This record gives sequence, structure tokens and C-alpha cells, in this order.
Amino acid sequence: MPKVTLTKLRKSYGRNEVVHGVSLTIEHGEFIVLLGPSGCGKSTLLRMVAGLEGITEGEIAIGPTVVNKLEPRERGCAMVFQNYALYPHMTVRQNIGYSLKVAGMSRSERTAKVDEVAGTLGLSEFLDRKPSQLSGGQRQRVAMGRAMIREPKIFLYDEPLSNLDAQLRVAMRVEIRKLHQRLGTTTLFVTHDQVEAMTLADRIVIMNKGNIEQVGTPAEVYHRPATTYVARFIGNPGMNLLPAVVDPGTGIVRMADGQVLAYDKSRWRTIEPGEITVGFRAETARLAPGGFSARFDFAEELGSAQLLHGTVAGKSVTVQSTGNIGLKPGDPLPFAIAPHELHLFAANGQRFAEQSRVEIPARPFTPAPAPTYLPVA
Amino acid sequence: MEKRATFSNLWLAAAFIAPQMLLVFVFFYWPTGEALYWAVTLEPPFGGSNEWVGWLNFETVFSDPKYWNSVRISIAFASLATMLSLVIAAMLALFVDRRLPGHQLYKFTFFLPYALAAPSVGLAFRFIFSPDAGFVSAINRVWPNLWNPALDGWDAFLLIIFAQSWKMVGYNFIFFLAALQSIPRSVTEAGAMDGASVLRRMWDIQLPLIAPTLFFLIVINITDSFVDSFGIVDVTTSGGPARATDLMVYKIYFDGFEGKDYSLAAAQSIVLMLLIIALTFIQFRFIERRIHYS
Amino acid sequence: MIERSPLLDLFTHLLLLASFVALLIPFWIVFVAASHDFHTVNQVPMPLWPGSSFFENMAVAWERGNFGRVMLNSFIVAGGVTLGKIVIAALSAFSIVYFKYRLRMVLFWLIFITLMLPLEVRIVPTYAVAADALRPFQSMIDLFGIGINLPEWNLLNSYSGLILPLVATATGTFLYRQFFLTVPDELAEAAKMDGAGAIRFFLEILLPLSRTNMAALATIMFVWSWNQYLWPLLVVTDQQNFATATMQLQKLIPGPLFGEPPVWNIAMAANLIVLAPPVLVTIVLQRWFVRGLMVTEK
Repeated sequence: MPKVTLTKLRKSYGRNEVVHGVSLTIEHGEFIVLLGPSGCGKSTLLRMVAGLEGITEGEIAIGPTVVNKLEPRERGCAMVFQNYALYPHMTVRQNIGYSLKVAGMSRSERTAKVDEVAGTLGLSEFLDRKPSQLSGGQRQRVAMGRAMIREPKIFLYDEPLSNLDAQLRVAMRVEIRKLHQRLGTTTLFVTHDQVEAMTLADRIVIMNKGNIEQVGTPAEVYHRPATTYVARFIGNPGMNLLPAVVDPGTGIVRMADGQVLAYDKSRWRTIEPGEITVGFRAETARLAPGGFSARFDFAEELGSAQLLHGTVAGKSVTVQSTGNIGLKPGDPLPFAIAPHELHLFAANGQRFAEQSRVEIPARPFTPAPAPTYLPVA
Repeated sequence: MEKRATFSNLWLAAAFIAPQMLLVFVFFYWPTGEALYWAVTLEPPFGGSNEWVGWLNFETVFSDPKYWNSVRISIAFASLATMLSLVIAAMLALFVDRRLPGHQLYKFTFFLPYALAAPSVGLAFRFIFSPDAGFVSAINRVWPNLWNPALDGWDAFLLIIFAQSWKMVGYNFIFFLAALQSIPRSVTEAGAMDGASVLRRMWDIQLPLIAPTLFFLIVINITDSFVDSFGIVDVTTSGGPARATDLMVYKIYFDGFEGKDYSLAAAQSIVLMLLIIALTFIQFRFIERRIHYS
Repeated sequence: MIERSPLLDLFTHLLLLASFVALLIPFWIVFVAASHDFHTVNQVPMPLWPGSSFFENMAVAWERGNFGRVMLNSFIVAGGVTLGKIVIAALSAFSIVYFKYRLRMVLFWLIFITLMLPLEVRIVPTYAVAADALRPFQSMIDLFGIGINLPEWNLLNSYSGLILPLVATATGTFLYRQFFLTVPDELAEAAKMDGAGAIRFFLEILLPLSRTNMAALATIMFVWSWNQYLWPLLVVTDQQNFATATMQLQKLIPGPLFGEPPVWNIAMAANLIVLAPPVLVTIVLQRWFVRGLMVTEK
């Protein structure tokens, strides 16, 4: 069965290189999400796999076949576009069946297949409408039907949900996941929305400025971010990151204002003394008097909890609390963090190497409980 | 559409619009009304005010075989020149839109003929297609007297069709190319993902999507071939030989200003105006569809 | 897009190249013909490479076509029409869009309808009016039985006769209106808050915003009015003083008088002179020209 291999892929437009040597192996049946801010090269990467963009350097293989020079139709990929890209002059039936028509399938076979696909997507009653007469969600479904009907080796999604409103987006997310479970087709999904990425992906590929920052399961990228960039990007809010000086002998990190935190020495391999970045997640901090403290700035109500924003040595930090503790701006905000919840990053932003025996915490992953942070389309 | 913020000084509003209204009144509405008046009256030979004659002028016009000849030629000319230039322009636009290396050059040169005045085009084509000098005359070396627009009506007719199409190709090209470029790229890409080859995509996706532009251009081209062709005909064939290129506007000009028969010319003008207005209404229908598509 | 279609690519290149040649070769032939002497230009087949008599022919053509005078006339007419359209259309569109009065839509339609009928189909009646531009008013006065006699204002053989009827269409008004409607309301409101009246808003905010549209309109109008042929032919009888450049083309049609072959080289040189300004304008201001085409024809 085909697996997709990207080897040292580069893409330049003139002198401007937008993808800088990306390598990635996608297993058969895997659901991979390419995640990153706009302009990070994730869509370009997807379009290179599709054959819509040429490859400046490197290689893309689907199964044993190098597809660099193959045209889109020869690659066995189907794609769902961000703006759906439905053919405005064709009916839903014609849209979905167009690839079969091009492939020379007879009308009766085509009708049967379109009916089947439309049935699974709940589009049966709209088959004779034009795209302009459909709602956003329906158009989205037509776009998916058009991809499904070809029974492709690989599904490519280019931010397919970003034109939908928040509720519909959640519903379509579920449908896409179900579809993947049923068909088991290898899938590449591009998004800038981390909630989408977390909920859909078997593995997430986090991209930044044309490079891959980290490849990992949703739990991995959340609990063991490979770089400060990933740490900040994943999670709502992103990880707190503070510059500090580390003393590996005592297992202590010292902030710029002299406050110290202890980390779990046994977790990390060699750490050189000197300047590093220390990180912790808002939800791992416990409010506790004594020890470490920040200056309180303001609180955000989330319903189930509160996010307390403060400042440590000029850097802002966020800690999560379950109760309203009635602080006023300027008050001290005391909290404690368990040593094993501290993440250590070298000055270049890379995570320090850990002992291999350290496993990801067993507790099941729950998406960050922060509806107010949901990016609005 | 309405503006929320408006000014209310009516004198100012009147002053701003007055120059335009005056010009439109003096040079459009009044003359149009006068044409109507002339079309239903006749000037007595020895002065005095015009006499009401009803449909007489129109009857004279319509019973003249030369008039029907002119109508036939005009329609044939309009449809052939329009078809020729639209087909060529659409094809060029589709292939330029493939954006192969060099397409910028074509984009910036193809519309140049449209910058020329009709008589300039006419004079150039008269020379190029002249039977005894210029470019095409070489043909007559091989087959003597095969090509002579000065004597052969068909040749003359072809000549003005070539000239008109050549002039309009660039214009149509600009509109087709703009229409093609306004198709979201992802629609064409979706076609490629669906397995359609380049030519297939042109036929199945791009052409249908620029159809509204096509309808719009058909009307513009037909109107233009009625109106702007005067310069071409006047310089190349003067309506001849034997009225083979006697287009409607040319005939009106000839009857009115060489023959000094304003009443007949006015009646013909009215018919032509109605024809153009009808065409314009058709165009409005299609503009509606154009908006609907996008 | 990855596309392996060498044959189709080759076909595309050949097709476009062939069309390029076909569309531009008339320009080349005109130029080549204008550069040969009388004898060479009448050879069959004519040479495809320029000869040495270009400047000589141009000088003769310039002289024979009285181009010193007629080019000036054409520039005056084209400039006048362009300027007139830009100014008058801006004023009327401003009135229609930014003022509220009952006749507004009626006036808009009255102007808009003029888009339908080009001057060429109205030549006979327009010509009659041009003989006395005040006649419409005189007729209306007569109708009411008031005994006032307006003077005659004959537009034949005058710049105003060449210019005014060409200005009297709605192209520009329509273009400005479309643009004004896209200008956010907040701008006028802010201007009002800042104490600006209608005229100040028009001059200091609206017109500067319209610059690109004006440039597009100006380009297209210049080329259009330069290329006018039928109207100047009618309204000018004083060829010596008021002929325009395009009118001269007809006079230079080489007729084989007394069995002599026609003087094509001079005719083509004259054609080059006449077509140079509009072609140069479209090449140099190409961006505006294309834009102008798109917006005026919508």
C-alpha cells in the first residue's frame, strides 16, 4: 500500500525560497495535519504533493513511484479546496461526477456512483442545484463528494473549514474524521487552527517559515514541544516561556529577577550551565502562597476556570485557576509548578534531550478548555 | 444604490449637472427628435415649412432594393467579422492564459490594432491587399486576377471583414483574458485534479465560464461593426464595387450628404437607431447574467 | 502546475507566435512601404525589409497632408474632448450621486440612454443642429410664442463644433458614478464633520481619490477622439484650417491618375504620422488604456 515520502523538498519563486528542504514520511492510512500560521509554506507543500506546484528540489514519492514529474491527474490524489472551487456553471451532480466523466465512465455508471456518494453526504436532494443555490456547508459537502467519488489514494484538504461558521466547522470536523475512519484513506490536511489539528490528526506537522518544527501525535506536540516555537504555538494559551540561567548541578533555574524554580533532574540528559528558556503550561501551575510569585495584571473568565495574567521579571505569564481569588492589579500572584512540569529549551529554541524512558503522561489528552480563544474565521 | 451622506444645496446640484444636461439636450435629444420629425415629413422643393407625409419616407426606404442590399450586407458583415474576431480572440486568450514563458509579450501587443483609427486600418489594408502592389498581390502573379477588391465584390467584402476583424481581435482579447483571469485559479486546478487535460479544461470549464463575456462582446462587436466600419469602407472601397460593401452607415452618409436627401437619410437613421437600441437591450439582459455568474 | 504537454506547449508557442506576426505585420508593412522610393514600393512582391527613403517620404507626406496644421487641430480636438469629458462627467456624476433631489434618477437615465446611440448613427440630425447650436432653444422660445430672437451659433468649421458633440455622451458620467458609489459614506461624513461643504469635499477629497479613474478615462478618450473620422468629415468644410489628421487619410488614397501607379510610399508615411499618437499613447499608458476599456464598456 502506498506511503508518501517527501525528501528534502524545496520550493522557490524566483530568488524567494518558501520551503527549505522538508522531509516527511506519511504511513498508509494516516491522517496528517500540516499546521502553521499563514505563509509558513504548508499550503505550498500540499500543492506540491497535489502536483499543482512544481518542485524546485527534492523528491515526492507515492508508494515506490517518484511523482515529481507526474501531472495532478496521474497521482491519484483528490483535493478539497479552501473556497471549494466548485464549477459554478455545473449542477451538483455534474460537479461531483466531472472527474468520472473525464475518465470516460458511462453515464449510467456515473449516475449510480454520484447517487451513492451524494447519499453518504446527505446531498441527494440537491443534486440538480447549482453551487450558487447551496449553503456554505452544502458546498463544502459537494467539494468533499467530488474528492470522494474518485476513491483516491490520498485525500488533500487545503483549509477546507475556514470559510464556515464556528458551529458548522465543528460539525464538518466530525464528519471528516468519520469519513477517514470509514475509508481509511491517507490524508493530508492543511490548517492554521490548532483545535482542528489536535482533534483530527494522527500526527501533526508543525511548520514555521518553510521548515518543519516538529512532527508528532497531538499529545506529543502538546506535552513535549520540540522547540519554543511549538511550545508557544500549541495550547490555549501557549506555553509560558521565561529566560533563565540553569544550574544543572543543583537542578535549579534562576529567573532574571532572582526567583528560582526546581526541575526534574532525572528527566533530562546533559544540560550545560548557562542561559536557557524555561517553559510551563498555564494549567500545570497551582496557586500556592510562598515560593514563586508573579505580579498580577488581569484575569480572563473562561467559565470553567480563570486565566490569570501576570508578569515575572518583565515577561508575561499566564496561570490557570479554578476559583475567583479576587486579586487586584499589582498584587502578588503566588504559584508553584511541579518539577516534572518544567520544559527546558536551549538558547537556540531547541528542547534539551530527555531520557528516553520518560513517557508522555498517561492521562488522556483533552483539548485546551478555552472557547474564547477559538480563532474566528 | 444610495449614498447615506448627501448634500442638500439644490442650486449647487443643478449647477453641477447643468453642463452635461445642456450638451445632452442640444446634441442628443433635440437631434434625435428632429430626425423623427424629418422622417415623417418632406421638405417642399421651393421652401416653406415641412409637409407631413407619415410613413412615406419609410415606404420609400423599404421599397428600395438598394436599401435591402445594404441591410443584407451590413448583417453579413457584422456577423462574419464578429465571429471571426471573437473565435480568434478567444483562442488566443485561452492559450495566452496558459502563462507559458513569453505570455507577457503577447498580453502587451495583441491589443495594439485597436488603437488605430478605422481609416488608418482601411488605408493599411487597402495597400496590403491591393491587387497590383503591396503584399497579397503576389497571389496574382501565380493566379492572375484571382484577387481584385476593386473589381470583385466578394474580394472587397472579404477585405473589409479582414480589416474589421483585425482591428477588433485585440479588443476582444483583452476582455477574454480579463475574464479568464477572474476565474478563481482553484477552479481550474480542481479540473486538473479531476483529471481533465489542458484542452479539456479549456472546453469544459474555462469556455463556459467566460460565456457571459462572449455574449457581451458579441453585442459590442456587432454595434461596432455598424458604427465604426464607416472609416474602413470609406477608405478601402467607398461602398463598391457595385455596392458590394455599401454598409448602412455608409449609405446614410451617402444619401444624406452626397445626395442631400435628409428625409430619406433620417428615416434610415431611425431604423438603424432602433436596431442598435434593440441590440443594447439584449446586452443588458446578458450583463445581468454576467453578474449572476460571479 | 505540473503539466507534461510538450506537444501542446509547442503548439501554444507556434500559435501565439504566428498570431503575433499576423497581428503586427500590418504595422511592419506600413512602415516598410513608407521607407521605400516610389518605384520600389510598387514592385510585386514588395520588399520585406525597410529601404532608405523613410525620412524623405515622411517629409513629403507631412507637406502634402498639411500635417503641421492638421496635427495641431487633432491635438486640440482630442485634448478638448478629453478635458471636457473628464470635467463635465465628474461634475454631473457628483451631482447625481451626492445630492438628493427628486429629478436625480430621471436625469441619470436621460444621460445614461445616450450610451446607446453612438454619434455615427445620429449624424444626420446632429449635423443639422451643428449649423446653429442655439436652434433648439430658439424653437422652444418660438413654441411659447415669445418674441425673442437668439443669435445664430454656427458650429461648422470650428473647434467647438468638432469637440462639443463628442463630449455629449455618458461614458464618463457612468464611470465616475460607479466609482463614487464605491467610496465609503464615512468619507463624506467625516468631511462634513470637519466642516467641509460640497465643493470642498468634491475638490479636495473626491477628485484626488478619482485620479486613477480619471487617468483611465483620459487615455481612452484621447485615443477615441483622435480616431474620430466621420464627424470631422461632416462638420469641416474649410479643409485648410480645420481638417483633422484622420481626415487627411482619405485625401492621400493613391488614385492611379492618368495610368500612373499609385503613390503608396507617401500614403503609408502619412498613415504612420496619423497612427503614431494613438499608438504611442496606448503603448506608454497601456495600463490606463486597458483599464479604461474595461470600465467604460461595463
